[in-house]
Formats: sequence, structure tokens, C-alpha cells
Amino acid sequence: MRYSALSIFLNGLRKNTGWTSAWRFPEPKPHYDVIIVGGGGHGLATAHYLAKEHGVTNVAVLEKSYIGSGNVGRNTTIIRSNYLLPGNNPFYELSMKLWEGLERELNYNAMVSQRGVIMLCHNDSQQAAYTRRGNAMRLHGVDAEFLDRRQVKAMLPFMDFDNARFPIQGGLMQPRGGTVRHDAVAWGYARAADSRGVDILQHCEVTGIRRENGRVVGVETSKGFIGCNKLALAAAGNSSRVAAMADLKLPIESHVLQAFVSEGLKPFIDNVVIFGAGHFYVSQSDKGGLVFGGDIDGYNSYAQRGNLATIEHVAEAGVAMIPALSRVRVLRSWGGIMDMSMDGSPIIDRTPIDNLYLNAGWCYGGFKATPASGYCFAHLIARGEPHKTAAQMRLDRFERGYALDERGLGAQPNLH
Amino acid sequence: MASLVPCPHCGMRPREEFTVKGAVLPRPAPDASQATWFDHVFLRENPRGPYDEYWHHTSGCRHWLVVTRDTATHEIKACRDVADNPAVTA
Repeated sequence: MRYSALSIFLNGLRKNTGWTSAWRFPEPKPHYDVIIVGGGGHGLATAHYLAKEHGVTNVAVLEKSYIGSGNVGRNTTIIRSNYLLPGNNPFYELSMKLWEGLERELNYNAMVSQRGVIMLCHNDSQQAAYTRRGNAMRLHGVDAEFLDRRQVKAMLPFMDFDNARFPIQGGLMQPRGGTVRHDAVAWGYARAADSRGVDILQHCEVTGIRRENGRVVGVETSKGFIGCNKLALAAAGNSSRVAAMADLKLPIESHVLQAFVSEGLKPFIDNVVIFGAGHFYVSQSDKGGLVFGGDIDGYNSYAQRGNLATIEHVAEAGVAMIPALSRVRVLRSWGGIMDMSMDGSPIIDRTPIDNLYLNAGWCYGGFKATPASGYCFAHLIARGEPHKTAAQMRLDRFERGYALDERGLGAQPNLH
Repeated sequence: MASLVPCPHCGMRPREEFTVKGAVLPRPAPDASQATWFDHVFLRENPRGPYDEYWHHTSGCRHWLVVTRDTATHEIKACRDVADNPAVTA
């Protein structure tokens, strides 16, 4: 069923009894051309682009819970492509361009809102670093503007510009950055992939990877054995556990990252604002809640919940940036499990096993990368060679000494 | 995360007093092969379940501890001083 203003109107006349399920609930077939492990944003996007760009439609997406139950529904919904390194920037810009056309492509309202992302700077060296980053972005054809203190003050008058320790000097803005309704991304990709024949198998947990003669022949699941020609892993958060089923040891630690939403407020923060002194980022949802987050808790975890000390730390950073936040009540907090790769950058690559492909290590940046991740992973699976924007996101880069250390931060800041 | 940690020197102490350093890994010999060092520096078992970690009792006795913690439940199963641990070498 195609969604449109007319379909809403007509279904309204029929008391909304005419809507059909947005995707099917099929039983597993005995064999697929491609099986994707992980029904999050990346797995569903991969299935969509495999079907749309490469005509590979005999595909199954295996999800241990329900789709959207993992990190695609647990992030702070920010999209941006303000990256410095040549190995990262074109990839995230591809993602941004795909975001810009996403709703038309999927016929699904994902509430893509390009409200601008501003990263604040607090001293001369940070200003120089952001100017350099802005120039690197422009050289790659990405929009970037450096705002001085006066310009930032005009846009964000409620911030503490004369904080004794972190006075705000200016900020680097990417006007095309913004936010997207995260659940709708999972649902939109699921619906689009399903409409092209992809089977989305929910509550189907992979328990083993069966190999014969050094090749993957299929997966053991909670719904029995399912055969495949190619196996693609997109199980961020649990990548190490799934990879271990194929005897692979990854350069990844699983950490918990928390996010928060406040009570609903009147329109207050127009953009996405990132505090350069601490790690704090905030935007205001269409419902009025302030959505914000900070750093990972700092210890390995698979628990999908964080601890209070980190909540306190994030709140302190928030109040240092916007004093008025001290009066705001937090409605909810939750945690997602991040694949923290050792250099802070992702992996989209083949593995030592010929027909096993890996998409992992997204650290803080998985959500914004969703479309490009799916696009490039589908390209790799279908053609056997990396997409040019993701060519440096290799699994063996650590061993070869080509770490992609955008922030110099992986699972632990002292590693690199 | 458990809110109380059983420090062998100080007794039950709040988690905020501690700093988590990371996995207890066998340190290779300086002249070990490149592959061994690569494994040590970059690769992780990353288990879901019991996990040995180095913790520092930063705001307490300032001793380094080995904490065995479950990464799925956050339950702390054991805590001992590094000095009481058999030497960790490859």
C-alpha cells in the first residue's frame, strides 16, 4: 500500500480499518542467497539496498527480538557529516545525501529535519581544530560554517557564554545536519525491503554459524537451520558474540551508552548543539522533549542500562552549557550497547571466511550512518568489493597500522 | 552496574570511588611476535558473562584491584588485590 495524503484521508473516512500491515511475518525458507544477522537500521537498510540497487531479493533479515528493539531505537537521532578524515568524510556525506532523499525513496515519513548541527568551541586551539575540520569538510563538498561568538549568541542566547571554565568562543555549524525520527527509519527500511521480497524474520535468534570446507553454509537459529550462500553480520552491540560463532575475534568491546529525554517543553532549542568541553549533545524533539546524551559509561556491558554516576556527569555537562536545564526534569533514560572499535571508526569489510561479511564497530556514530552503511554493505555483499566511500573501513587496518582515528578515541581513550 | 564494590582493603565502597581500567589481559613479552602484540593491543574476547577487569580504587586505598564482573547483569562476583593475583604474563 502506497502512503499519501489521499490514503490518509480515504482511510479516515473508512474509520481507519483499511490499513494493512507494513511488512509480512513470514516463516523462514530453507535457503536464502543472503542472510543478514541483525534487524536493526543497518541490517534492514542493507536488505533494502541489496534488493533495490543490486536486484538481490532472496534475502532474509534475522532479528533475535523485534525490529527496532536495539540501537536504532535507542539513540539521540542526530544526523551529521562533519568529519575530518578522508576515510570517513565521503562516507558520512553519502549518508547525508541518502537521508535527504530517504522519505521519497521509502515512501515513509521519517521526519528528517535538517535543523543544523552546531559544535561549540571554548578556546583558541579548539577553534583552530574546528576551523581545520570545517575546511576539510568544504574540500569534500560538505557544507560547513564557522560561527563567531556573536553569531552563536544570536542563535542560542540561552547558553552560558561566560562560563568561568568553558566560555563559548564560537562554533562550527553544519546547516544540513539535524535529526530523524529513529523508529521510523527501521520501519521505513523494513517496509521497503519487505515490499521487494525480503523476508524479515523477527524473534529468530542466531545460535550458531555452520561452516563446511571453510565456507559458511548457513546459520543455526531458534527457528531451526537456515541455509545461505552469503552471510552478513550487522549485529552491532553483539558483533563479538556473533563473530565468535565463526571463530573470529574482533577489535571491539561492547559498552553501554546512555541517552535521555526530558519532560516536554515549549520550543526552546532550534538546532542540535554539541558541547565541545564535555561530551554532551542536545536537541529538542517535535514533542518538546529535550533529547540528550554524553559519553559511554566506560566499562564493558551487554545490559542495555547504565549507571547513575554517568547520568549525573551528563547532567552536569548539560547544566554547564545551558544553566536553564537545571530546572528541567528528566522523563526517561535508557542505554544501548555500542560496538566500541579500537580506533572509534566502523568496519565494513570481508572477513577471513570467504562468504562471511562484517558490518560492526559503530561506536557513537551508528545511527547517522544507517543509510550509507546499508548502501556500502549491500555493495560489498553483491559485488565482492568495497564501495569507494567505505574502502578504508577495513577489518585488518589495525594489524596493518592504518587506524582511522577520527577522534583518537576507541573503547578507551588511552589506547591511541 | 553494582553500586557497591567489595574492596579487599576498605570493605563495601560506593562504585563512584573506583575507576575502571579495562580487561585483565596477559601482557606479552617485549620480544613477542607482531601477531601476539596485535592480539594483545587490539583484539578482545568481549564476553557476555564473567569478565576480569583492572579497577583502581581512586578515591579510597588507591590500590589496583582485579574485579570479576558479569557484563550481562553487572553483578560483581569477586574482587581481589592485583598483588594477590597470580602474575599475569603470556
